[in-house]
Amino acid sequence: MLGKLTWDALPFNEPIDMAVSGLMIAAVLAILLWLTAKGHWPYLWREWLTSVDHKRIGVMYCVLALVMLLRGFADALMMRSQQALAAGGAQGYLPPEHYDQIFSAHGTIMIFFMAMPFMIGLMNFAVPLQLGVRDVAFPTLNSVSLWLTASGVLLTNISLVVGEFARTGWLAYPPLSELRFSPGVGVDYYLWSLQISGVGTLLSGINLVTTILKMRAPGMSYMRMPVFCWTSLAANLLIVAAFPILTATFAMLLLDRYLGFHFFTIDGGGNPMMYINLIWAWGHPEVYILILPAFGVFSEVIATFSGKPLFGYRSMVAATMAICVLSFVVWLHHFFTMGAGADVNGFFGVMTMIIAVPTGVKVYNWLFTMYGGRVRFTAPIYWSLGFMVTFVLGGMTGVLLAVPPADFVLHNSLFLIAHFHNVIIGGVLFGAMAGYTYWFPKAFGFTLHEGWGKASFWCWFIGFYLAFMPLYWLGLMGMTRRMQHYDDASWQPFLVVAAGGALVILCGILCTIVQLVVSIRDQAGSRDRTGDPWNGRTLEWSTASPPPSWNFAMLPQVEGEDAYWHMKRRAREERTEHAEALEYGAIEMPVNSSTGFITAFFAVVTGFALIWHIWWMVWLGLFGAFATTLVLAWRDHDEMEIPADEVARMDRAHRAELAR
Amino acid sequence: MSGAVAAAHGDHGVPRSASEDGPAPKRIIVAYGFWIFLLSDIVMFSAIFATYAVLAQATNGGPTGRQLFDYTNVAIETGCLLASSFTCGMMSLAINEESRLWTYVGAAVTFGLGAVFLMLELREFADMIAEGATPQRSAFLSAFFTLVGCHGLHVAIGLLWLVVMMVQVWAKGFRASVQRRLLCFSLFWHALDIIWVALFSIVYLMGGR
Repeated sequence: MLGKLTWDALPFNEPIDMAVSGLMIAAVLAILLWLTAKGHWPYLWREWLTSVDHKRIGVMYCVLALVMLLRGFADALMMRSQQALAAGGAQGYLPPEHYDQIFSAHGTIMIFFMAMPFMIGLMNFAVPLQLGVRDVAFPTLNSVSLWLTASGVLLTNISLVVGEFARTGWLAYPPLSELRFSPGVGVDYYLWSLQISGVGTLLSGINLVTTILKMRAPGMSYMRMPVFCWTSLAANLLIVAAFPILTATFAMLLLDRYLGFHFFTIDGGGNPMMYINLIWAWGHPEVYILILPAFGVFSEVIATFSGKPLFGYRSMVAATMAICVLSFVVWLHHFFTMGAGADVNGFFGVMTMIIAVPTGVKVYNWLFTMYGGRVRFTAPIYWSLGFMVTFVLGGMTGVLLAVPPADFVLHNSLFLIAHFHNVIIGGVLFGAMAGYTYWFPKAFGFTLHEGWGKASFWCWFIGFYLAFMPLYWLGLMGMTRRMQHYDDASWQPFLVVAAGGALVILCGILCTIVQLVVSIRDQAGSRDRTGDPWNGRTLEWSTASPPPSWNFAMLPQVEGEDAYWHMKRRAREERTEHAEALEYGAIEMPVNSSTGFITAFFAVVTGFALIWHIWWMVWLGLFGAFATTLVLAWRDHDEMEIPADEVARMDRAHRAELAR
Repeated sequence: MSGAVAAAHGDHGVPRSASEDGPAPKRIIVAYGFWIFLLSDIVMFSAIFATYAVLAQATNGGPTGRQLFDYTNVAIETGCLLASSFTCGMMSLAINEESRLWTYVGAAVTFGLGAVFLMLELREFADMIAEGATPQRSAFLSAFFTLVGCHGLHVAIGLLWLVVMMVQVWAKGFRASVQRRLLCFSLFWHALDIIWVALFSIVYLMGGR
């Protein structure tokens, strides 16, 4: 009846697990109760859960990412404290099987459920606004994407309470992840969570590619698009080209585990290295899927706060697209030790070094943008400057690792761990925080507190160096990754410093939370009335903050790069911006839909049933998802009309604020 | 999405390039998005093709493709699928004419040919399994069943989709949203043909030597 699911799946015998599970369940229950008691459900359902508005969906992606940042960071703290303790005879407080789950969950959550949703959230929010259009190409599908991602998140977190998570590392290499060596449900949780959220990501990629290529305001040719749109285009093209490889690879591993196939087993002719090739054919583009939107954020932030057009726009676009293509020909550098031979390793080593060139072009462009500009040192600029210093350092250690003979020595050592945290924290996370601070006023109508934002930056910046510079050193000393315990006591001081660094980063996260609370409390004083708090250059700043659901009363006419900047300049010269004689028309907008939420519910049911081999429930879930799709396909009204009066009222109010 | 302003000229009298025309009509957007999806689907198939190519010789002492493949069966399958693409094209013409009768006829023939294809494929699978050539036997057979089965699964989903679309034509007529979905269906169906051609060449023709 319930497949493999028995009472043994609950962690009654493990006090740490039990306490954490209890806390998590209590927190979720408390939030649900609070929502019910306050009567917020109808509002939440109507305005958020069923919303197909790209801005709301973007915000929900970012909220999801921030919550998962806390979850993933809790894992990081546990790992750092365990390693600070478990030297020589001491064993620390985490048994190996638990430690293995923690590092696997940390990587999985931080990449798939923190970095990805954050970037997709920012793209969802900003791209249609920057393009000067009213929504993405497929609004309902966008909601489905969001909720499928949330399904993956939920399944991963259920594993904390019911059963276990994978102990195989964040990419679940076979043969370790095969049934023979991982008979539990941990790997199944991992695989199904990522399959479900991967479908969401793929749909999101298709949606944004179509939006950028087929829906731009009149006059916005490709070479007039803001750079963030270009990097989003590149990132989403990579999603479309890379995520299907991940789906296929996981499907093959699932067939091995569920039906006894022999793709990656060590018997029956299977080939584990095939998995590792395939997973990195997805995995390397994946790191560019994460970093390219961050590059876009920095480009916007640096141009805006330097009060100058971006230096070398065309070279920036060329560099972005070059990275987009090259990212598919470097995957083998993740496993030079496979033994593919000198020629193959040489090729991939050289390609890896070449991909650093367009990245270098970008760094120079940002520097030249600031050069001669009147730079305003706001929190987003702090993140950008911290990024440039940190990322260049991470890039250089990357080029070092790209030399195959050096990689043979450093492979899977803490040097590698330090390198990729160097680029992911220094690049993706700093970019996400810059984008969060930059677009927050656009989303909510008031700016975030500057002081707490800068405090958060300094904690992250200093904490990062404290936490990861010792790991470079340890890597050179020979410490490998994923060690629950080590004998060499001379490593301990470095790991204690690293743990201290993690605590400083914790302060950074706390600063972000305080910043949010303080900013909400003091919002009356920091309200953004004009919709353009930073004196921005791109179209998202030309509409009110927060924008109406239709974004623009009339689609803007674009006549050059930095469209809004030119509009403002021209308006000042001709004084036509506030003309009263504008004629407003009614606007057709897509209606809300619960399809995404309900499909995701059935996806969770299906995933859970598959993990625990509850076959009747699998069919129930699949049938439910199919029926939901049919209901959507049968609806008669997919658009509603916003009357011209309403559009006029909102737009006149915004213009009145501008004129003040 | 309405409200697209499609002025032929910019403010300065310079003719606009196509990329400056503003948002495309919905039919274009939907078809374009579906193309992107098809491309992603083809990428997924290429990952499986690559795996098949690597594992094709890993028969683990079990049967090889040459011993297993029945070319008559495969030829009939291919014929059915290619013919169904033709009838699907005829159906598209009928949809453009908004002729219900010929749409139903085209769909019925397409469905029939697709169903025959699927039955022949399943019979091939059943015969192989009966001979002990199961996907568990060797890495080659795992890859074979997955690659061919994945295409078969796509065909099965296509058949289900076709049935749903015919019910929609019956219930809702040729409204714009139904026409767009039918357009996507025909793109999907033709794409399956392309994949089958690759599959036929790489798995059956090259594997049977």
